[in-house]
Amino acid sequence: MNILIFLAPAAILMGAIGLVAFLWSLRAGQYEDLQGAAHRVLIDEDD
Amino acid sequence: MALDTLAAPGCPSGLGAPTESDARPTDFTAFVRVDARGNETLELMVEGASCAGCIKKIEGALLATPGVSDARLNLSTRRLRIAWTPGALAPGALAEAMTRLGYRVAPFDPELAQGKIDSEGRFLLRCLAVAGFGAMNIMMFTTPVWFADDMGAETRTLMHWFSALVAIPCGLYAAQPFFRSAWSALKAWRANMDVPISLAVVLTFAMSIAETILGGAHTYFDGITMLLFFLLIGRYLDHRLRERARTAAREILAMQAVAARRLGADDVVEAISAREIEVGDRLLLAAGERAPCDGVVETGASDLDCSMLTGETLPVAVRAGDRILAGAINVSRQLTMRAVAKAEDSAVAELARLIEIGEQGRGKFVRLADRAAALYVPLVHTAAALTFFGWLLGPSLLGVFGVDAGAGDVRVALTNAVALLIITCPCALGLAVPAVQVVATGRLFKRGVLVRSGDALERLAQIDTVVFDKTGTLTLGRPRLVSEPPADILIAAASLARVSRHPLSRALVEAAGPGAAAIGALESPGDGVEGVIDGIPARLGKRTYAASGAPDAADGAPELWFALGDQAPVRLVFADALRSDASAAVAALKARGYAVEMLSGDRPSAAAAAADAVGIEHWRAGVLPAEKTTRIQELRALGRKPLMVGDGLNDAAALAAAHASASPGAAVEASQAAADIVLQGDRLMPLVEAIDVAKSARARALENLGFSALYNVVAAPLAAAGLLTPLIAAVAMSSSSLIVTANALRMQGGKRT
Repeated sequence: MNILIFLAPAAILMGAIGLVAFLWSLRAGQYEDLQGAAHRVLIDEDD
Repeated sequence: MALDTLAAPGCPSGLGAPTESDARPTDFTAFVRVDARGNETLELMVEGASCAGCIKKIEGALLATPGVSDARLNLSTRRLRIAWTPGALAPGALAEAMTRLGYRVAPFDPELAQGKIDSEGRFLLRCLAVAGFGAMNIMMFTTPVWFADDMGAETRTLMHWFSALVAIPCGLYAAQPFFRSAWSALKAWRANMDVPISLAVVLTFAMSIAETILGGAHTYFDGITMLLFFLLIGRYLDHRLRERARTAAREILAMQAVAARRLGADDVVEAISAREIEVGDRLLLAAGERAPCDGVVETGASDLDCSMLTGETLPVAVRAGDRILAGAINVSRQLTMRAVAKAEDSAVAELARLIEIGEQGRGKFVRLADRAAALYVPLVHTAAALTFFGWLLGPSLLGVFGVDAGAGDVRVALTNAVALLIITCPCALGLAVPAVQVVATGRLFKRGVLVRSGDALERLAQIDTVVFDKTGTLTLGRPRLVSEPPADILIAAASLARVSRHPLSRALVEAAGPGAAAIGALESPGDGVEGVIDGIPARLGKRTYAASGAPDAADGAPELWFALGDQAPVRLVFADALRSDASAAVAALKARGYAVEMLSGDRPSAAAAAADAVGIEHWRAGVLPAEKTTRIQELRALGRKPLMVGDGLNDAAALAAAHASASPGAAVEASQAAADIVLQGDRLMPLVEAIDVAKSARARALENLGFSALYNVVAAPLAAAGLLTPLIAAVAMSSSSLIVTANALRMQGGKRT
């Protein structure tokens, strides 16, 4: 069971990375225009 | 991509090219701001953009314009931000380009609209994310404790320590909104829903840490973070609902931001926004412009369209020395006016007072969730206290009667009392009402009905009487030609009417269709238009101006007289057109058992005709604004719950006094501010749908509250009896929240009305 000492913090660390990524995207304003983002994906850049 | 290759108007699903009557001269320079990088920027509200093609067309065309450095359309808020190097182009040209593409634009005062960024919403979302992270990661440590039978006591304690390591920082961070609200309530010697929540959070942490140190079997670190997660979802939904309504209200204000032109000392004209007007400023008011503030006419004579202010469809003539109220539209000739009040102090000050008086009556309304909370809080705290003392003193009491139940144990008593507090915590209760209201308002929003707040929906569900205003509410508030003159007369009269912006002239032009204006035609404000058609002098206007010999028809209907040379003058009669579905909406309301009334400030003959056409039996004409409010108060005194539907400034006080209120989208801003719901578009049927949705939302909310109560009735005795384990608590809390949310989502679809 000693392996838990390493596995548990590693799991928490991975979860924390996800949390930080979400907080970053929130701060970067990625949720300001959800409708626009859904439509912009359809625009061809190359014409 | 050049502008001319994109001549196709707008989006297929968007709007067509703007009609003649929409063209309103607006000076965009007043709304230009300079951003941090030194670029000039302009924010526009775009109507008609709805898809990827629109984004591409708008942004592509603007970016192809020389000088433009940035153009970004936000499809969710329909706001377009354009930035360009200073002096490279005129902002009016950009707006014109947009109009050519087929999108209607309005200037947008970002300072008025933004107010403040939604920092509270951001904070709630951050707390929600932290609580979600905590709830999920603690599960990793608690699940083995629940299911591994052969786990040693040391491993179990290690798992508890890991849980504590995650739960304590996450929980303390995520519980901040509740702590803050509870603290401010306690400081004011009040108690709100957040007081028991905060108490439960603090007690649970204290109890769980103590259990971990003592090597106990059960801790509630997982339960409390999950509880915070669910509560924060409810809190965030509720906040978003309010914020969306608030933003929409600010947008209405920002859209009506008016530009003004100020005359300097040496007659230099300067474009300013209405907020910058000072008392005593001399302002130019061109034909078609709206007065930005209260003022007095200095030079010139013209007609003012005060329909937004008084409900009167026909313009009134003004000359030097006459008063102009903010919101009046100058119809015929350019005026110079002197401001007698700042824009924000104008005309509406008296009205704001009336609205305030009306809303005091409404202040007594208690929201459904608050009523539930008022019942819930004392009940649960009594139960928790009874559990604690029952387990502490119960065994000794039983010992008195000769039953050996051992000694009371503080630890067991506290554990069971805390378990009861957690399991009964208002998880489902916190979600029950906001979840339903978010779904309901979202559904109405898609149908063009803007709901101001959650309690507006609750009040709308309770109404039993509907009171309509006539002009602008049942009718479109625009005159329409009803007499049928010969075609050549109509075309000739319309050629004179084209030089005038008078509503009757516009109605005449609309009836005649496209054509040319008579050359050299001249408008005399307050009287009519004079010109020459095919070499014959002609006049169009008042009876006294165009046909002084003709007899007065004396029926009070709006009219124009047209005289062409020596021919007998022709009388053109107008009437205010009803909304296309006005009678259908009234019939639908009656079918649902509502009493329907109409209060109009108009003449009895016009009111009778309208009431008859839509099928309203109870109506009054010639009603003053104060009398409308009196009638609403009369109805309330009879124990009725009236819904007022109105659009004018004269309706605003009645709107605020009614139990619930609605305004069409074309209403003046004061009325929209006083109304609970705003109907966009020209139809009245969405009002009926809004009432239906409000009623089913109330039913869903009551079902949810009933379910939460049932859940507590089952769970509380279990906890009090000491039968609850953290596993049962986790399952019960999450499943009750899911059921409540799923029940709310049943409202999503619904049939079209």
